[in-house]
Amino acid sequence: MTADVSVPNDTPADPADIPVDALPSRGPLWKRLPVVRQLRTSVGLQRGMLVTGVVITAIFLVTAIFAPLIAPYGGSQLRSGSVAFGAQKAPSAAHLLGTTVGGYDVLSRVVWGTRTALLVMIAAVVLSIFLGIFLGLVSGYFGGWIDRVLVVVADAIYAFPSLLLAIVAAIVISKGQSSMWGGILAAAISITVVFVPQYFRVVRSEVVRVKAEAFVEAAKVIGTPPARIMVRHVLRNSVRTLPLIVTLNCSEAILTLAGLGFLGFGIEPSAAAEWGYDLNKALSDVTSGIWWTSVFPGVAIVLTVLGVTLVGESLNDLADPRLRTRRAAGRRGARAAVQSEVDVVEVDPLDAPPVADEDTSTGRTGSHDETTGGAR
Amino acid sequence: MSTTDVATAEPAADPAPAAGASRHRGGGLGRYLLVRFLLIFPTVLILVTVVFVLMRSTGDPITAALGGRLGPEQLKERIHAAGYDKPILVQYWHYVSGIAHGDFGTTITDHRPVTQVLTTFGSATLELAVYALVVAFLIGIPLGRIAAARRDKGPDAVLRVSAILAYATPVFFAGMVLKLVFAVWLNVLPVAGRATTRSILTMKTQGAGTGVYLIDAISTGDPAVVGDVLQHAVLPAVALGLLTAGVFLRLVRTNVIGTLQTGYVEAARSRGVSERRLLRTHAWRPALVPIITVIGLQVAMLLGGAVLTETTFEWKGLGFQLVQYLLARDFVAVQGMVALLAVIVAVTNFVVDVIAALVDPRIRY
Repeated sequence: MTADVSVPNDTPADPADIPVDALPSRGPLWKRLPVVRQLRTSVGLQRGMLVTGVVITAIFLVTAIFAPLIAPYGGSQLRSGSVAFGAQKAPSAAHLLGTTVGGYDVLSRVVWGTRTALLVMIAAVVLSIFLGIFLGLVSGYFGGWIDRVLVVVADAIYAFPSLLLAIVAAIVISKGQSSMWGGILAAAISITVVFVPQYFRVVRSEVVRVKAEAFVEAAKVIGTPPARIMVRHVLRNSVRTLPLIVTLNCSEAILTLAGLGFLGFGIEPSAAAEWGYDLNKALSDVTSGIWWTSVFPGVAIVLTVLGVTLVGESLNDLADPRLRTRRAAGRRGARAAVQSEVDVVEVDPLDAPPVADEDTSTGRTGSHDETTGGAR
Repeated sequence: MSTTDVATAEPAADPAPAAGASRHRGGGLGRYLLVRFLLIFPTVLILVTVVFVLMRSTGDPITAALGGRLGPEQLKERIHAAGYDKPILVQYWHYVSGIAHGDFGTTITDHRPVTQVLTTFGSATLELAVYALVVAFLIGIPLGRIAAARRDKGPDAVLRVSAILAYATPVFFAGMVLKLVFAVWLNVLPVAGRATTRSILTMKTQGAGTGVYLIDAISTGDPAVVGDVLQHAVLPAVALGLLTAGVFLRLVRTNVIGTLQTGYVEAARSRGVSERRLLRTHAWRPALVPIITVIGLQVAMLLGGAVLTETTFEWKGLGFQLVQYLLARDFVAVQGMVALLAVIVAVTNFVVDVIAALVDPRIRY
């Protein structure tokens, strides 16, 4: 609420006419970063969800980065000095969360697992963004038979159970066993195969829309080469929804990695700690009532995915005018009655450009959300 | 999936797919169903091709499965007998034409046709998927309605976070926690499997032999067997169903909120219809139509989830079997089963589209 008032300089004259490349001229950079921006403009429950998500994600990141300092032992360490840890030991002072059936320290596995998850997440998302953007751009811009073939292929892959596809890819890449980097890369590529169609679809539909804009035609008229138009004019205006998908896909990457690990197609335990593998090995422990080997890595997965998903969900809601504006109006209650006009003017252009979905962008002139939102 | 892609596949290339779809809205139901039906074939062909290319790029399946166990001479012989030394395009043609005739290959490890694996284990997976869908319906749809009705209030907040939690929990972890609590600590439900050995024997001797245990159990007429089968189904169904329930909850919530904002609901509201009645009679039914489409997508997700759930609960279905073949490095079996699942997914999507088109006359090309 107060945040809205404090950033009036963020409001451009007319957001519709300014492509994304014009963004840097508005306000200090950190205020416009995807998550920071939403943190400043959200209210009530949405803010709570976003803050929770950001906090959990931050803890995850810190744990992953400082894993060597936090973890009491190495991820594949079996003994301290010459004394073996022992298998399936209940939580104790030496092993705060106990040991696994394989004789690993559960706490260390959980902590080192964050690092594996983070690396796979980054690799998978980066790979799929590049491939997806490239294919989406080419397909959407040139159209024709390439476009049709790619769309049908992407749809076919998209409709298929992603885990099965990831399994097949994992077999191909690593044949099931691998070193740390090999395993991480294999898992990342397996996940990429699943993700590329999603990025492809989003980028393509945006490109098809942007391609018809007047400024693209203008660039063509003055003889700009296609590659330059594609990168400078089309691409930069077509990637606005990506931050959203990235956050949602990060969580899916962790789940897919865990699923692969659980089925025995992830990363070898001696190469790197991975939660899915630990859960697989803990499956038989559960039957005999040994809970610590499964609960802790499982909770680690749930919390990580929850954190990232909360961030993504909040971004999604804040980007969707139907879900956001009315909420804000409701929350603000009586004060809004007085301030509503000011608020509407300030809030809308703030949120619209970076993560707006197709709805707001197709109704470009009607970026006053209540009208576009209601019309749907 | 439905309208846009076909608009682009239309001979008249259209810059804006949405516009194309609305222009063709005049097309009849028959045309729509025909196009949808014909789309099954390229979809299956593409998936089968992708899987074939991926799997074959690892080398030949015989070496993968039996590499350690046979000498190089024997391997060569087996590879030659199976035709894996022919040019890749020839192999591809054999594979695809085999599938066209319903031949998905024969497993290397136990020499069974893949289609037979499907008929043996498919019923178990089908049963699990149906249970999970029932759980998802029972939990997701009423809760979604509550969340929409109490929008932005306490219940909505709790339900939405629960839905995200349901998404964030991997099915196998949910399954393990359920096992731990209900099967080990409380000891009220069985740990794993589809039925006790005694029940399975009873069903084998007296049951209908459909492979769907619930039907078999009912046909024996023994209530103890029915109870046993149902008890075994509870935990896997809940573990797998929770995931989909979360999806349904969110979908119902968003849709109901959406329909509550439409013009005709607004009109009814202005005539003084109560909010409760608006929700029950005006906004409810139209909000449910998109769920039919989503169920189609959920089938793919359920099949993926079933692989994990079946492994967790030793539920001997397709997913469980797939993992066994995976661990045995029997890639012919894996390839065949994945291809078969592709057909199932494509056909399900077609059926769902047909139902959606029958329910909602606006869905046409």
